[in-house]
Amino acid sequence: MDLSFTPAEEEFRDEARTWLAENVPAEPLASMDTPDGFEEHRAWEHILFDAGWAVVSWPERYGGREASLVEWLIFEEEYWASGAPGRVSSNGVSLLAPTIFDFGTPEQQDRFLRPMARGDEIWAQGWSEPDAGSDLAGIKTKAQRDGEHFVIEGQKTWCSRGAFADWFFCLVRTDPDSERHAGLSYLLVPADTEGLEARAIGRLDGEPGFAELFFDGARVHERYLLGGEGEGWAVAMATTGSERGLNLRAPGRFMAAAERLVGLYEELADSGSPDLDRRDQVVSAWMEAQAYRWQTYATEARLRGGAPIGSEASFMKVLWSELDVELHATALRLLGRDGERADSSWMDGYVFALSGPIYAGTNEIQRNIISERVLGLPRR
Amino acid sequence: MDFSFSDDQIMFQEAVRDLLANECPPEVVRSAWENDTGRTDSLWGALAEMGVVGMTAPESAGGLGMDETDLVLLLEEAGRAALPEPLLEHTAVGIPTLAEAGGAIAEAWLEQAVAGEATLGAGTDGGYAVGAATSDLVLLIGDEIRAVPVAGASLVEHQSVDWSRRLFEVDGEAAVLDADPALAFDRAAGAAAAQCVGVAQHLLDATVEYVAQRYQFGKPVGSYQAVKHHLANAALKIEFARPAARHAAWCIAASDPYRSRDVSLAKALASDAVDLAARTALQCHGAIGYTFEYDLHLWMKRGWALSAAWGDAAWHRNRIAAALGI
Repeated sequence: MDLSFTPAEEEFRDEARTWLAENVPAEPLASMDTPDGFEEHRAWEHILFDAGWAVVSWPERYGGREASLVEWLIFEEEYWASGAPGRVSSNGVSLLAPTIFDFGTPEQQDRFLRPMARGDEIWAQGWSEPDAGSDLAGIKTKAQRDGEHFVIEGQKTWCSRGAFADWFFCLVRTDPDSERHAGLSYLLVPADTEGLEARAIGRLDGEPGFAELFFDGARVHERYLLGGEGEGWAVAMATTGSERGLNLRAPGRFMAAAERLVGLYEELADSGSPDLDRRDQVVSAWMEAQAYRWQTYATEARLRGGAPIGSEASFMKVLWSELDVELHATALRLLGRDGERADSSWMDGYVFALSGPIYAGTNEIQRNIISERVLGLPRR
Repeated sequence: MDFSFSDDQIMFQEAVRDLLANECPPEVVRSAWENDTGRTDSLWGALAEMGVVGMTAPESAGGLGMDETDLVLLLEEAGRAALPEPLLEHTAVGIPTLAEAGGAIAEAWLEQAVAGEATLGAGTDGGYAVGAATSDLVLLIGDEIRAVPVAGASLVEHQSVDWSRRLFEVDGEAAVLDADPALAFDRAAGAAAAQCVGVAQHLLDATVEYVAQRYQFGKPVGSYQAVKHHLANAALKIEFARPAARHAAWCIAASDPYRSRDVSLAKALASDAVDLAARTALQCHGAIGYTFEYDLHLWMKRGWALSAAWGDAAWHRNRIAAALGI
C-alpha cells in the first residue's frame, strides 16, 4: 500500500493542470441543453481531443493516451478543479464506449470510437420508454428483422439531449414473441434515420434537454447491432456498470464542488457571523466527497487485481448522487434569501443534482441491488 | 497510488480472524463482561505468541517492525470479534509511542511490552483509560503525554455500557514522554475508527443472517424492501468508512502532512457508520435484539463506546473544519 502519487503520476497531474489553466474558457459556456450551448460544448470537445485530453485512458489510435485508471482519476480531479465545462460527449464516452470496447466488432470500434471521442458524433441514450423506467426489461419498442435491416417501431423517452444528438444507443425488442430480459438487442441508430423523429421536452430547468424519440418504420442496418442479436440485456448491463460506477461521475467532480462549498462558507462567514450548524453541514459534504475519493482508489486496486466492478457500482451511484444534492442544498441554505436567485450557479447545480437519484437506475433500485446482490438478501 | 494490501498483510489478517473465530466466540466476550478484569484468560497470550501484541515495535526491540497499514486490518478483525483486549491501547498507541520516546522509559518498558509481559494502557488526560487496572503503565494523552506506572497510582473506576471496558481515572507519579501527543492521539483515534468499521461489519453481517431466516407473513423479513433499504444504508456507510480508515492508517505510517485531518475524516465516518449499523441491527432484529441474553448487544454496546471514544463524529468534524480553515 502506498497512497502517495508516484513521480510519473504527479507529472501527469502537472501537465493536465497546466494545460487546463491555459485552455479552459474564461467565461462559462451556455447550457449544453440548448441548441447553441450544445454546439459550444461540442467545440470544447474538439479542443480537448486535439490536445489529447478528451479520452485519456483510451488507446492512442482512438485519440487517447493510454493513461492508467489512476491517471484518469487524477485527470478528473484536475478537470473539475479547473472549472472546465461539463462534458457533452459523456454519454457516449462514459457509457457507450466501454460497451463498444467490450462487445463491438473491430469494424465497429474503428467506425465509432474516434468520432465519438472528438465530439464529431455526440451520442444520446435511448432506453427508457413511457411504460418502462425502473423496470427496464418491460420495454416494448420493436425492431423487426427485414433482411440485413431492422425496422424499428415504438417510442423512447427521457432521452438527454436527444433533440441535438447525432446518434442514439437503443435497447429494442428484436424477438417479437419474447418477454422481459430475453429477445432484446442493442442497436446504434443514426439521428437522421428516416422514420425517426426526436421531439424536445423541457426539463425541470426549462431548457429542452430531454427528448422523446418516435420510431415509425425506421430502418437500421445490422452492422449497427452491438453484441449478438437477442443478447441486448447482457450488453446493456455492462453499460449500467459504467453508468453507476466510476466512468460517469468520478470523485474529482464532487471534490471540486465541495471545495467551492468550503469557499462559499468562508466568503459568507467573512462578511457576517459564522453559523456552526451550517459549517457542520459544509464539513459533512466535504467529508463525503473525500470518502468517495478513497473508496474509488481502493476500488481501483481491486479492479487492478482482477476483480469485476459488479454490483458494488451501486454503492458509488447512491453516494455521488445523494452527495451532489446535499452539496448544493447546503450551498443554497448558506445563501439564504439569495438562494432562490436564478442567476446563481448553485441553483442550476441543485436542479441538475436532483436528477441524480433518478437517472442511471433510481436510488431505490440501487438499494435493492445492494441488499440483494451484495448483501444476499432474499428477492422475495 | 496503490491501495492494495500485500499477500503477507492479508495472510496475517486471515490468521487473526481464524484465531478470533475460534478463541473469541460470544461466550468468551461475555466472560469478560462478568469477570474481575474485563479481559479474557488466554487471548492476549495467544496474540502475543502470533507476534500481534508487539508487532508495531522495531525488530531491535523484539517487535515485527510493522506499521499502521499492517495493523489496520487486525484492528478491523478485533472489532468484528468484539475482542476484549487492549490492542488499541497497547499495540496501536503504547508501543509506538514508547519507541518514539526512547530513553530510560523505553529501556524500562518496551521489551516487556513487546513480549506481552507488561501491558500498556492509554487514555486521554482528564478522561478515562480503559483497562488501567490490568495495565502496568498508562499513557495519558493531553497537551503532553504523561506515563503513569499503575503500581502506586490511584485509580477511580467507572462502569461503561460495555461491561468489558473498565474505565479508569488515573492519577499518580508521571514521567513526561518525549513523544508527540498529537501523533499518539491520532494513533488512538485511527485505531478506534478501524475497530468501529469491524464492529459495524459484524452488526451488518449478523443482521443480514437473521433477517434471511426470520419469517413473518410467510416470508423472510429480509425480503421486505423496508428492511432491505435499512440494511443497504448501513452497508453504504461501512463501504465508505472502511477505505477512509485504511487511508488514515497509511497517513499515520507515512507521516502525511494531512494526517490529523484525515484521521478525523476516518473517525467521523466510522463513528457514524457504527452508530447506524447498531441502530439498524437492533431495529431489524426486533424484540430478540433487545434482550440481554441475545448476543447482539455485545457489539452494539462496543460500537456505542468506540463511536464516542477518542473524539465522537461531531468532535472530529470540528477538527476538520479547523483544518479547512473555516
